[in-house]
Amino acid sequence: MHNLSHHLKDAPVSAWIGILIVIFYAVLALGAPFFAPFAESASVGKQYMPWASPHYLGTDALGRDVLSRLIYGARNTVGIALVTTALAFTLGATFGLLAATIGGWFDAISSRVVDVLMAIPPLIFALLILTITGTSVIALILVIAILDSTRVFRLSRAVAQGILTMDYIEVARMRGEGMFWLIRKEVLPNAAAPLIAEFGLRFCFVFLFISALSFLGLGIQPPTADWGGMVRESAKLISFANFATFQTATFGLAPLLPAGAIALLTIGVNLVVDWVLHMSSGLKE
Amino acid sequence: MNPILSIILKRLLIGFVTLWIVTIIIFAAIELLPGDIATEMLGQAATEESLAAFREKFDLNRPVHERYFSWLGGAITGDFGISLANQRPISELIGYRVGNTFFLAGYAAAIAVPIAVVSGMLAALYNGSVFDRVLSSSTLAAISFPEFFIAYILILIFSVGLGWFPSLANVDVEMGLGERLYRTFLPAMTLTLIVLAYMMRMTRAAILNLLALPYIEMAHLKGIKRWRVIAVHALPNALAPIINVIALNLAYLIVGVVLVEVVFVYPGLGQILVDAVSNRDVTVVQAACLIFAATYILLNLLADILSIIANPRLLHPR
Amino acid sequence: MTDLLLEMKDIRIEGRSDRQWKPIIKGVNLTLNRGEILGLIGESGAGKSTLGLAAMGYTKGGCRISGGSIHFDGQDLVGASNEALRQLRGARIAYVAQSAAAAFNPAYRLIDQYCEAPVKHGVMSRADAQSDAVELYRKIRLPNPEDIGFRYPHQVSGGQLQRAMTAMAMACRPDLIIFDEPTTALDVTTQIEVLAAIRDIVREYNTAAIYITHDLAVVAQMADKIKVLLRGEEVEEAPARDMLANPQQDYTKSLWAVRDFRRAPPAARHVDEGPLLEIRDMTAGYGAVDILKGINLTITRGSTVAVVGESGSGKSTMARVVMGLLPPSSGSLHYNGAALPKSGKQRPRDLQRHIQMIHQMADTALNPKHRIKDIIGRPLEFFLGLKGRAKDVRIRELLTLIELDPDEFINRMPSELSGGQKQRVCIARALAAEPDFIICDEVTSALDQLVAEGILRLLDRLQREMDLTYMFITHDIATVRSIADEVVVMQNGVIVEQGAKETIFSPPHAPYTELLLSSVPEMDPDWLAGLLKERGAMVTSEEQL
Repeated sequence: MHNLSHHLKDAPVSAWIGILIVIFYAVLALGAPFFAPFAESASVGKQYMPWASPHYLGTDALGRDVLSRLIYGARNTVGIALVTTALAFTLGATFGLLAATIGGWFDAISSRVVDVLMAIPPLIFALLILTITGTSVIALILVIAILDSTRVFRLSRAVAQGILTMDYIEVARMRGEGMFWLIRKEVLPNAAAPLIAEFGLRFCFVFLFISALSFLGLGIQPPTADWGGMVRESAKLISFANFATFQTATFGLAPLLPAGAIALLTIGVNLVVDWVLHMSSGLKE
Repeated sequence: MNPILSIILKRLLIGFVTLWIVTIIIFAAIELLPGDIATEMLGQAATEESLAAFREKFDLNRPVHERYFSWLGGAITGDFGISLANQRPISELIGYRVGNTFFLAGYAAAIAVPIAVVSGMLAALYNGSVFDRVLSSSTLAAISFPEFFIAYILILIFSVGLGWFPSLANVDVEMGLGERLYRTFLPAMTLTLIVLAYMMRMTRAAILNLLALPYIEMAHLKGIKRWRVIAVHALPNALAPIINVIALNLAYLIVGVVLVEVVFVYPGLGQILVDAVSNRDVTVVQAACLIFAATYILLNLLADILSIIANPRLLHPR
Repeated sequence: MTDLLLEMKDIRIEGRSDRQWKPIIKGVNLTLNRGEILGLIGESGAGKSTLGLAAMGYTKGGCRISGGSIHFDGQDLVGASNEALRQLRGARIAYVAQSAAAAFNPAYRLIDQYCEAPVKHGVMSRADAQSDAVELYRKIRLPNPEDIGFRYPHQVSGGQLQRAMTAMAMACRPDLIIFDEPTTALDVTTQIEVLAAIRDIVREYNTAAIYITHDLAVVAQMADKIKVLLRGEEVEEAPARDMLANPQQDYTKSLWAVRDFRRAPPAARHVDEGPLLEIRDMTAGYGAVDILKGINLTITRGSTVAVVGESGSGKSTMARVVMGLLPPSSGSLHYNGAALPKSGKQRPRDLQRHIQMIHQMADTALNPKHRIKDIIGRPLEFFLGLKGRAKDVRIRELLTLIELDPDEFINRMPSELSGGQKQRVCIARALAAEPDFIICDEVTSALDQLVAEGILRLLDRLQREMDLTYMFITHDIATVRSIADEVVVMQNGVIVEQGAKETIFSPPHAPYTELLLSSVPEMDPDWLAGLLKERGAMVTSEEQL
């Protein structure tokens, strides 16, 4: 931990911005009921109210408070993306490390399966599967986790293969160490940095992916507040926007607010990932 | 046999086997539907007769493998069967839309590829300059922004604010090329912005890797002019990685089209795919997925083969 | 016109790391006359290459010349414009890199790359350059000089590429060529040809040269005068013969003395003990390709058997077979009189414990995320079941044994050790298993000579104290002379000759042993000339492609 604080002190400004953004979202998501002035999906006013107290960001088509829905959206969208990424990671990293370590038929078969899964663009594959399963949150999480685990598989397999060519692995194998000892003690500590960075990147991808599906109306379903869905619901407003008055200009901003919320978090995570990657590559020298 | 030929043939074979497996996966989707398609589509209240008629019409009584082969045979000749939802031939529904989608992707590629490759190279040559830094931060934005965010910003500025371009890209068959290009400008720009920065960054990385190689240093130590080192020593070797970058991004474009079409209500394949998914119109979903997946696989295949050809070690075997 | 060609005064070069500039060259003076060859020697990190490149007014990325002056034929290089430097490079100062395979552009034929400098510097036309290339290829004794230029780099062997690069450097008939370890990556038998070719062509055109190497015997053949560098500073400089015969500084003397280490012969043993390891009719390889063919080898207890051969001879594959990493396709292994299971997985843990191996690259043989105590502690725990305090005590004993202070090193990470210290930790890890038999796979070849000698002496001491048996795999004849009792000479997967060291090293030799032994450069400056005379016209038969 001494190491971490040491690294933090040396972190560049960009990394600090990233960390602050991530912390901001985390606090918002955890304390959503506390921060949100109104309930998540209750109709609390007239439809399309302007940006004025008590509805600082106005209301939507059903008279729900936009600010509250944005705050709850942090909890829903980010939460589901996190669960999905964690699942994808567990799946992909486990199989990737095993494939690299065991090699042989296990590696051949799992690599071929992944090749085929990756031959189909993920969005197309997800749409195909969601047609069958219907759009439930569970189906969404499982489908995206499985599709995304292919990328994690590729990376963790490649990283592990690089490590496995090292002589210290040969030394351990000559000693007669078991496979799990090899993975746990020899491979994992060396694979940690690239895997952590990959977790950040996969989270961004999954998060954007879920938002895209929600935007298409095929992801998280209303009335749950979700940023992709909020963009979709308020998209029509943009054609009523003009810059003549503040109030009509806010129509144009309606879809941009949730979309911007998505963009900002991805930027934050990417900044942190860049820093982690830079640090781990710097340590190698 | 020339080793390069056998490598290419092997790659082609793998590509087509993959494509074939993908057709099986896509076809299997309809079989995996929970319950009976007929009941699913017609609802619980449907009578036995209407269910039987439905099954007859969609050929559901024949064994799976027979149906697979007749579906595949039809797909190859452009006949994808009948829509479950409105019972019209699918080829009629999607025919002109496929063209529209490729038109939009091609439009975006025509803008993005030249800009990306040239500026990616410039960024590599002037590594560390202001231009390079601007590029790397814009890449960050591009990979972080969801497609619809970029699309709505463009709409807000160029359509709502300035009124230069329409926010809805409604095109039809009779429209002339000029009109078509004008109406699809904003969706094409959105797609361009999505792939541009990414493509630039990959080009830059490919060139930078190359410039660090000993033979480039050797060329400098031979007193060769800088531009000649780049053009003669670096570029031929950079061809393979750059081709790869372009093909990967084109493949990405083809898929990115789906979201952009929905935002701009553009009559393309992506839009009908999204509608079909919501209606659970499985046969249409299959047709659209097959077209998207096949294009994606073929583009990746093309990239691999071109970069094999561009490798001097394989081109001039021992 | 004076004879002075290159003059570097108080040159200082810095490299950037950890966001600050650190000195690499700390004020070195260098002068070179026309036609003179300067040998630049030193261990890794001495700054030889950096200094050599500076003679072209060039520094690697992340480095800069921070002080001093460089004058080439009266022209100032430190303040010169990029354009002025560009016109000198390739035309009047040329460079020959260590790895020819990496320094040739894979996309062009050799002759295209040859012609580039003379044509672009306006020295000659393309047609003239092309016929000139053939001429030089012939002079440098490349096979098929008319055709070889029309091949691509990957179609030509390493030794030939290195000669083709020397020819390319000579294309504009420069006044000065920088040779940056041109033969380090080559096998000894190939190296001879390249050395001879370089020396002849440089003499013929009276070209001045800076010849960078870490190999004293090589520099003895090439240089008129020798400069010794240590950590960016000059130790001494003198004419080659004086320097070789009579070095002044202690550091230089110690470098010179390295080759004199001789292990004392082992104590006489009881004859009835029987062999420790026996390999019978063993054939092994990867897939359908046999790397080792019909190997028969007996190793007696307490001896050091050196396995010598060039790259591709199969010596490292033999180590893998003995360790059980590569099960042989036929033949048998016997250890201490009992059959040794072919695959390591079938060997009982106690048997596996007796056979240990030390790798060439200590860098990759130590897990960078493990502390020294964990690295040495694991075999103690795994093989001997030591835990807690007992384990800790034993780790300290082992560290003391390999001459590292336990208090200082026990908690360190591998990245906090020098190359030699890392190799010592690898030795301690092997010793932790309390083995009888240790395979040393090129354990000293990645190390500087002085450090390597320390490792050899340590291994020798350990052998006496602990009654160990070594199989010592190496390509370096000097190491064999230092440490071996018995020698096994390998070529293309076959043992060509084996026997006691004295027998192998005294004539008559098998033909390959003869070639191998005679190719090893000696410190005598007249050695190369004498050898070439002896071999006469045979020289042209290098690579049988």
